[in-house]
Amino acid sequence: MFAGVRSTIHSIVSSGPVPFDLQGFERTTLTEVDIDDLRVGAWILGTGGGGDPYYGYLCLKKLYAQGRVVDVIDPKDLPDDAYVAAVNQMGSPLPAEERLTDPATVTRAIREMEAYAGIRFTAVMPWEIGGGNAFQPLMAAAMLGLPVVDADAMGRAFPEAQMTSFAVMDFTCHPLVMADIRPNTVIISEAADWKWLERLRRRACTELGAVAATCNPPRTGREVKIGSHLHTVGKALRIGRTVRRAQAEHCDAVAALLEQERGVELLRGKVTDVERQTTGGYLRGRLDVAGLDAYAGDTMRIAFQNEFTVAWRDDEPCATTPDLICVLDQDSGEAIGTEVIRFGQRVAVIALPAPEMLLGDRGLELTGPRAFGHDLDFHPLFTR
Amino acid sequence: MKVIGIDVGGTSTDAVLLHERTVRHYVKTATSADVSSGITAALDALLAMAGPDATGVDAVMLGTTHFTNAIVERRGLTPTAAIRIGLPATAFLEPFTDWPPDLATAVRARTFMVRGGHEYDGRPIVPFDAAAVESAAREIRDAGIRAVAITSVFSPLDATLEERAGQIVREACPEAGVTLSHRLGRIGLLPRENVTILNASLVDLARATTAAFAEGLRRVGIDAPVYLTQNDGTIARMEQAAELPILGVACGPTNSMRGAAFLSGMANALVVDVGGTTTDFGYLRQGLPRQANRVVEIGGVRTLFQMPDLLSLPLGGGSMVTASPLTIGPESVGFRLTELGRAFGGDVTTVTDVAVAAGASSLGDPRRVADLPDGLVTDAMAMVRATIEDAIDRMKPDAEPRPVIAVGGAAFLVPDGLAGVGETVRVPHAAVANAVGAAMAQVSGESDRVYRGVPRDEAIAAATTAARTDAIAAGADPNTLEVVEVEDLPLAYLPGNSRRVRAKVLGAIARPRVSALPGAGS
Repeated sequence: MFAGVRSTIHSIVSSGPVPFDLQGFERTTLTEVDIDDLRVGAWILGTGGGGDPYYGYLCLKKLYAQGRVVDVIDPKDLPDDAYVAAVNQMGSPLPAEERLTDPATVTRAIREMEAYAGIRFTAVMPWEIGGGNAFQPLMAAAMLGLPVVDADAMGRAFPEAQMTSFAVMDFTCHPLVMADIRPNTVIISEAADWKWLERLRRRACTELGAVAATCNPPRTGREVKIGSHLHTVGKALRIGRTVRRAQAEHCDAVAALLEQERGVELLRGKVTDVERQTTGGYLRGRLDVAGLDAYAGDTMRIAFQNEFTVAWRDDEPCATTPDLICVLDQDSGEAIGTEVIRFGQRVAVIALPAPEMLLGDRGLELTGPRAFGHDLDFHPLFTR
Repeated sequence: MKVIGIDVGGTSTDAVLLHERTVRHYVKTATSADVSSGITAALDALLAMAGPDATGVDAVMLGTTHFTNAIVERRGLTPTAAIRIGLPATAFLEPFTDWPPDLATAVRARTFMVRGGHEYDGRPIVPFDAAAVESAAREIRDAGIRAVAITSVFSPLDATLEERAGQIVREACPEAGVTLSHRLGRIGLLPRENVTILNASLVDLARATTAAFAEGLRRVGIDAPVYLTQNDGTIARMEQAAELPILGVACGPTNSMRGAAFLSGMANALVVDVGGTTTDFGYLRQGLPRQANRVVEIGGVRTLFQMPDLLSLPLGGGSMVTASPLTIGPESVGFRLTELGRAFGGDVTTVTDVAVAAGASSLGDPRRVADLPDGLVTDAMAMVRATIEDAIDRMKPDAEPRPVIAVGGAAFLVPDGLAGVGETVRVPHAAVANAVGAAMAQVSGESDRVYRGVPRDEAIAAATTAARTDAIAAGADPNTLEVVEVEDLPLAYLPGNSRRVRAKVLGAIARPRVSALPGAGS
């Protein structure tokens, strides 16, 4: 396992306790207002999944109150052979609403990885910028005093490990460390491919209560630069700022978001039915929305597997993954998660363009509608 | 159909008699310190005014803003011990996280985190630490804490640990009011725990308040079913309401909005309800209060309630005014306005006194406030206007000028010509809109049970039918029932396609069976 880079690891370890001195590179310290913006923006990029960022946000606020801060660095400033920890809390959003997240758990996953792989991390990065997982690397960074890289591996939220830019790039898919709230640690030292990694970690995660802090296979600075969705932390901040500014100015926050991110409005209406179940560690189900006002008479059905995957208007597919299907509170423009959306809510359903990296053959194979069991081709909604 | 609606506000107790949806009689009296005598006085006055009209009352609907005021003013809350069962999960974000600091200070007596709780599939997280709860119960007893809130991870799926912990606490502290989170909420640990703690802190007050209601009604000889109005526009039997007072928080605004819609006949408008202690801003859409779409906060605390989208400010007719620097509220003389306010011969300057001096209100004696400095009167009225304009701006659905319906005892504080407002609408009986809304509250029926081996559609249909039956048993007219909530939660850990289905229906209260009194004629 990890054979291809072992020699590099040793050279790093020998270079001292802090593998790279990042001083001199541009670091942006996140303010508390940035954190407020990130919370709103990350939830929208969650496309219904990824879990409500509220709890991670509260953790980070508490860490800030303790005097800790988080710095963000540009991926271009990473040394090619530095190591970056891409972290997340995997599982199903529903258990996360009860088993509140804790920065100690994700921090332990990173420490266990360092001990196992014999490396030291220079920085952490989001595995998944959408939803609560935007905050996991920030919590870990605040605990460890490491910077966060402005990039992620999904560009949104997705349920599975092979739906990442790293899988599209065919980077090494092991080792992986999962830390539990109990003294349980799971290390997947080797996996045949990203789908196998997903099967193995998913089974373990379900056993741990469908919540587990995860340190994904370590990435080099070079891999992050060529193989991740760049500047997505900044994108989440920008989206959150736009929505919050529109709220403050009593403008239509949904319209402001669509204009800035070049999105498409699919429907505004009222939720008439929600069916959901937690199986195999996922929250699966569907949602029906009846159009109101300009959309009166239209109906929309949206399927989800943690995240929204396909939207049908009057039985015709009108938006498909990997484009982002987002269900927003019609008034505030803030996202509503698949685990909390309920009968009677008034929503705006919108689509935002998928990251470019996912639109090639390999990307669509891994993240298109067929990857979620829908017998459908990707429905191009945006001219690119 | 005859209904008496009573609204006990911080300042005034209002009562109305509705007959066939028409306001026949109404009174407005001062809320008394002991609540009970104020209700009796209001009822006495109403019954005296109604004379023979008052016979054959079918139901009494009581709404009270006591619980809201207690939270908003951080007063009358019982210091509460919060017990959370969930370690080693949930360790970092403790109970009272994200509470306004002053409210947490007023409510928090102790917090205990113990090992236990459940996973999503019903397995224990770790073995339940009953000994830790026993130790907590002893500490609670020794500290003389009277209110206890118990929350266990995933208790909406499995309530046994909360029940066991509740039993342990009740055995050690028989006097304590114990609230278990699964009775109040759904999935979402922190907001469920928040409302559980708030509820526990209100139980003492609720018991005293409902006892006073019962006593007041008994004294005037009313023998009709008694209901308390809840924040979702429905009513609950009084005994149930005493143990879950948090469900009655914010019922006043719901009642006043429904009352404002009824009295104005308007379907789309802002409603500003100015009471003695607080002002509530809401929005009527198609005749119904606009519901908050996601997170409803009570006193700055996150909950999972479905409630009207409201903005509540500590500004009322009884709010105290200080000069240099100019402040208004949050302290209010409340029901003692007519005793302490300057315009009534007292020596406390309230917003009402300022309004009287400004000629905006005809209450009290204007000569008694003639000595208030002109600058203070002008500045305070400008501050009231600015506060109201800012709140309206925050509640408006868009930039269009919208009509504003002014209701409540201090509706005179809502000026004409507000910025961004089409027109300030004044309605008859505006001062008792709350009581009118209370009288028009609806009966609900609920069902919450687990179905095994039944297809989802059939399970939902069965739950809905059970909720309808429940509503009809509670006095709803079967022809008016409407399903307002359906939620199902599959239980993966139980065999054979099991799911928990919760359904809720609403309906207007039905005319009770015709009484069989001889000569009543029917």
